[in-house]
Amino acid sequence: MSEDTSHGQPGSEVALVDEERYPVPDPGLEEHLPRLTDVDQKAADRATRQVATFFGLVPILSIGFVVVYFAVPGDAWVDFGPLRANSRNLLLGLTFGLALLFLGIGAVHWARKLMDDREMIDYRHSAASSDDDKNYMLTELDKVVDESKITRRKIIGRTLLAALATILLPMIVGLADLGPWPTKKKRAETIERTIWAPGVRVVQDVTFKPIKPEDIEIGQLINAEPANLQELHGSEFQIEKAKAAVIVVRMDPNTITIPPSREGWQIGGILCYSKICTHVGCPISLWEQQTHHLLCPCHQSTFDLGDAGKVVFGPAARPLPQLPITTDAEGYIVAQRDFLVPVGPSFFERDSRHDSP
Amino acid sequence: MAEPAATVNDEAAVQAQTPKKELGPVFKVAAGPTKWLDDRIGVAGLGRPFLRKVFPDHWSFLLGEIALYSFIVLILSGIFLTIWFKPSMSEIEYEGSYELLRGLQMSEAFASTLNISFDIRGGLLLRQMHHWAAALFIAAMLTHSLRIFFTGAFRKPREINWLIGVAMLTLGLVEGFAGYSLPDDLLSGTGLRFVDGLIRAIPVIGTWAEFFAFAGEFPGELIIPRLYMLHILLLPALLLGLIAAHLALVVYHKHTQYPGPGRVKGNVVGYPVFPVYAAKAGGFFLIVFGVLTLMGATMQINPVWVFGPYNPAEITAGSQPDWYMGFVEGGIRIMPNWEWHIGSTTWSWNVAIPGLGLMGLFFGLMAIYPFVEAWVTGDKSEHHILDRPRNNPTRTAFGVAAMTGYAMLWIGGGNDLVATQFHVSLNAVTYFLRVAVFVAPVIAFLVTKRICIGLQRADRDRMLHGAESGIIDRAPSGKYAERHRPISEGEAFKLTQHEDLPALLPATDTDGFSVKEIKREQRRRKATRFYFIDTLRRPTRAEIEEAAHHHMHAMHLTGDGEHHAIEAEVEEEHHLAK
Amino acid sequence: MRLLSSRRRHPAAKALLLVFGLFMMGALYSVIAPPAQVSADTGNSQQIAEGKALFAVGCASCHGLNGEGQTSGVIQGPPLAGVGAAAVDFQVSTGRMPMAKPGEQAPVKPNRYSEEEIAALGAYVASLGPGPAIPEPAEYEPANLSAEDLARGGELFRTNCSACHNFEGAGGALPNGKYAPPLIGLDHKRIYLAMLTGPQQMPVFSDEVLTPEDKRAIIGYLDSLHEQPASGGFALGGLGPVSEGLWAWIIGLGSLIFFAMWIAAKGVKAK
Repeated sequence: MSEDTSHGQPGSEVALVDEERYPVPDPGLEEHLPRLTDVDQKAADRATRQVATFFGLVPILSIGFVVVYFAVPGDAWVDFGPLRANSRNLLLGLTFGLALLFLGIGAVHWARKLMDDREMIDYRHSAASSDDDKNYMLTELDKVVDESKITRRKIIGRTLLAALATILLPMIVGLADLGPWPTKKKRAETIERTIWAPGVRVVQDVTFKPIKPEDIEIGQLINAEPANLQELHGSEFQIEKAKAAVIVVRMDPNTITIPPSREGWQIGGILCYSKICTHVGCPISLWEQQTHHLLCPCHQSTFDLGDAGKVVFGPAARPLPQLPITTDAEGYIVAQRDFLVPVGPSFFERDSRHDSP
Repeated sequence: MAEPAATVNDEAAVQAQTPKKELGPVFKVAAGPTKWLDDRIGVAGLGRPFLRKVFPDHWSFLLGEIALYSFIVLILSGIFLTIWFKPSMSEIEYEGSYELLRGLQMSEAFASTLNISFDIRGGLLLRQMHHWAAALFIAAMLTHSLRIFFTGAFRKPREINWLIGVAMLTLGLVEGFAGYSLPDDLLSGTGLRFVDGLIRAIPVIGTWAEFFAFAGEFPGELIIPRLYMLHILLLPALLLGLIAAHLALVVYHKHTQYPGPGRVKGNVVGYPVFPVYAAKAGGFFLIVFGVLTLMGATMQINPVWVFGPYNPAEITAGSQPDWYMGFVEGGIRIMPNWEWHIGSTTWSWNVAIPGLGLMGLFFGLMAIYPFVEAWVTGDKSEHHILDRPRNNPTRTAFGVAAMTGYAMLWIGGGNDLVATQFHVSLNAVTYFLRVAVFVAPVIAFLVTKRICIGLQRADRDRMLHGAESGIIDRAPSGKYAERHRPISEGEAFKLTQHEDLPALLPATDTDGFSVKEIKREQRRRKATRFYFIDTLRRPTRAEIEEAAHHHMHAMHLTGDGEHHAIEAEVEEEHHLAK
Repeated sequence: MRLLSSRRRHPAAKALLLVFGLFMMGALYSVIAPPAQVSADTGNSQQIAEGKALFAVGCASCHGLNGEGQTSGVIQGPPLAGVGAAAVDFQVSTGRMPMAKPGEQAPVKPNRYSEEEIAALGAYVASLGPGPAIPEPAEYEPANLSAEDLARGGELFRTNCSACHNFEGAGGALPNGKYAPPLIGLDHKRIYLAMLTGPQQMPVFSDEVLTPEDKRAIIGYLDSLHEQPASGGFALGGLGPVSEGLWAWIIGLGSLIFFAMWIAAKGVKAK
């Protein structure tokens, strides 16, 4: 049948009003009351003028946008009370934004004041399909299966299933080169090592100036890098920097605890720690020179640099790795070797039993 | 009697021939092309069901539209940005017009973002519109889903649409994260570093997932191009598909409506698509677009030139992700530092639980709720009339409790800003939140439930005793009483239109139930008692009539239209049914 | 006298009187007005004595009569040998010292010491042990910085400073109620002194490592950063995504919900 079934009919199952379930009977739709603009011609004219004004401002604003685009230079600033901003950005946005806004407001005002506002009723149909449709589908599907002959030749179905399941395999395996495989060997070459090596100078970050112990005062913090970082560029530079960044701090030896195994890692109260947080890898420079606590701004893990980098607060679970340092022949601070443990965030295969001294 | 409201049905079918009425000029011009199209794709037939489709009008129904329109603005502004953005991590020396970064090494991605912000006219405006629209998109989706939740619009037949919505919310979060990471600035790069550590810390597969995502070690040179593909191709395609399905289902099921006179389960009352709804919806689209443009013009967002290019040895105090990732950030910050070192393996629960677990919990709970409630109530009928939140106090209380837990995590995400702005100790805030994230939702649940029941009592009062008129009578005996006037029929209908959902007693009759089934059924019944035992039942027709009669009678006798004792009713208000 | 009064009607008298008046005003001013730079000269024993007297009144109750410090009890103050006149200048001119009450952190408050008094205190403290001296303007005033110099200052700022003070110098949180204060609108000397002396929890950035040139580049960068207008509009506090999210909800969603309520409102009826 070609009936239009997109609207339900009164009398269909869903449309029944269940008298018993409503203690108060449905009084029906409220009386439609006219708006001022429906009865008062002057009000209607005023509303019309308002809509037309809103629409009429849009071309002016749009042209304004074009004028601003070509006429206002990029370095003009507007200085108006608390607002100090780029004029071109502000004016382009104001013209375009108000144009859009007025167009929208005009359309809504037209709808609210002038368009016929009588509400209409539509009837719902059940979300489920009709019995007719359901029966048709069932009987026809039956026929479809029969016509495909799959029920008689079962091996077709079974081999088809196996085929469909495995055809995805090439597509999945094709993604296996998404990145290098982090095998044990690969990990040892990448995330378990840094470019620190015996004799590599500790230099200041940004300026790459080498450091002498006598230049450092108690309470000083230096953000540092390995000198050989300068030889790298681009992506390699970033990757190695993300692991090799360190901080050098000087504390009064009488106020800190140096474990016996690490006596030789420091120079008279000057210690070098990894800058990379052991939680999820943010660089840490927030050091309190009196408490010796280092606070990571990302998630507030706090490490005591006066006590082998132990965690004193926050979600980090492992102490901050320490880099053993000494001085070279010319008196500059150098590393004795690479870190003894992998720096940065934990990973499943990491042997974390050697982090504490 | 006012004229009856227009109904949409077939009886007044328009003649298939050209109408005899005189056509206006616009119609005359359009007639030719329309006929051309109709001859080929039958536009009249396509348009017929939609031309006068009815949509109910309520401001809370426009929240989903805010989300939809912000998405359109995102696509339009996004296309503009792709014209100039370079998704490459290759390093170059900056020689553009922003002086304070002159000569520094930075990625092409960052440099092109600076170019858009300073050297392309309108570039900064579009960048800011795009970012504001992203924040608004997710805020609107969340608010819209709250409206759906509190009004019970997720019930049959709309569960699938609810699941589509949860999926869109999830994808929206990822899309936003991918988007703001593209400029490769210090702040978003730090966020990417966090994600790198998070992925790496996943037990068993972490390093594999990390190396696959970043094509090796962090940061590598492929993560930005990969995020770009996700951001402009894969995720928008998925979102568009889901949006289409979401809207198609709304059209198919027809929109829900709030209870009210003339509004029953079998109908939908509102305005037709053309002209009113189209004007309002189209106008609202332009308003959303306009507001976003004005925000982009006047409110600075994501000033990447101040953050500087990403450098893995640099960081800023107050590093936060965009607001919608705040709850995960909070979880990560307040989590205690649990990590297992078993042999040569490391199990980082401190990262995995909040990082993965929280999002799984949040979206998982959202997704399964409709099915949980359907199982509890055993309700298999269709629902098209919305619930007033007070009439399902337990659901509303769950919703508010979830919002409270979410809020605690949100505050956690900004705990350092809370510390500096309110001059409190950072550590104290963290300890407080570790407890509050569990305790506050419970308190919120209890308080909300009582508030809802209080509101139900107020409704019942109105039903039975009428509205307070503000006129105080003094009886000859000296007693003061406020005069009440009966409420309108329409309001009375609205207040009693919801269904009573019974709290069931344990089943005593085990006929027809197997041992396993009876256990399940007892559990379900216990759940209904948890859900509905405190809820007020609607007054019955008898009670309403008796109350009305009593009022008239009382007014005749003593002239001081008074309430009868409420105490006797309290027992009957709650209900237990077999 | 007779000479002057008998020539009082001379034509040049008025002009000479004017010149004399101007000369007197100038001389008076140069005597009374405070000098532009006061040096805490440790060799000047009178200045040290003055400083010691001021110290006894305003500082000794926490830092000990000889600046030896008090590290136990309720009222504590670190020893001051070696902090130098620069530290005194910073702490006293910003009003942090003397602290009104003991606490985790000394907040900025109005300073009640004059420049000379500060110099005297500085000279006294410097005599307790050698430490950084008060710098000259040439050290802390950035001058003739090219765009590349400023950019380098920015890199130095983001590497050494923004971790505590935030990318814009808007300040940040430290553990247990302490904080790194905002750097907006501060004078150059103050910033320089802070880097040099490492007040309270702030680390020291000695001149040998972070050279005066580096420090000037950082100060110059901060100046330019704070002078430049916010290109995109209202800067919303410089606190990053948290404030941005707040405004997206309040202004974005808030205004649109108001519009939505207007759109769907039934409006006033005529009857």
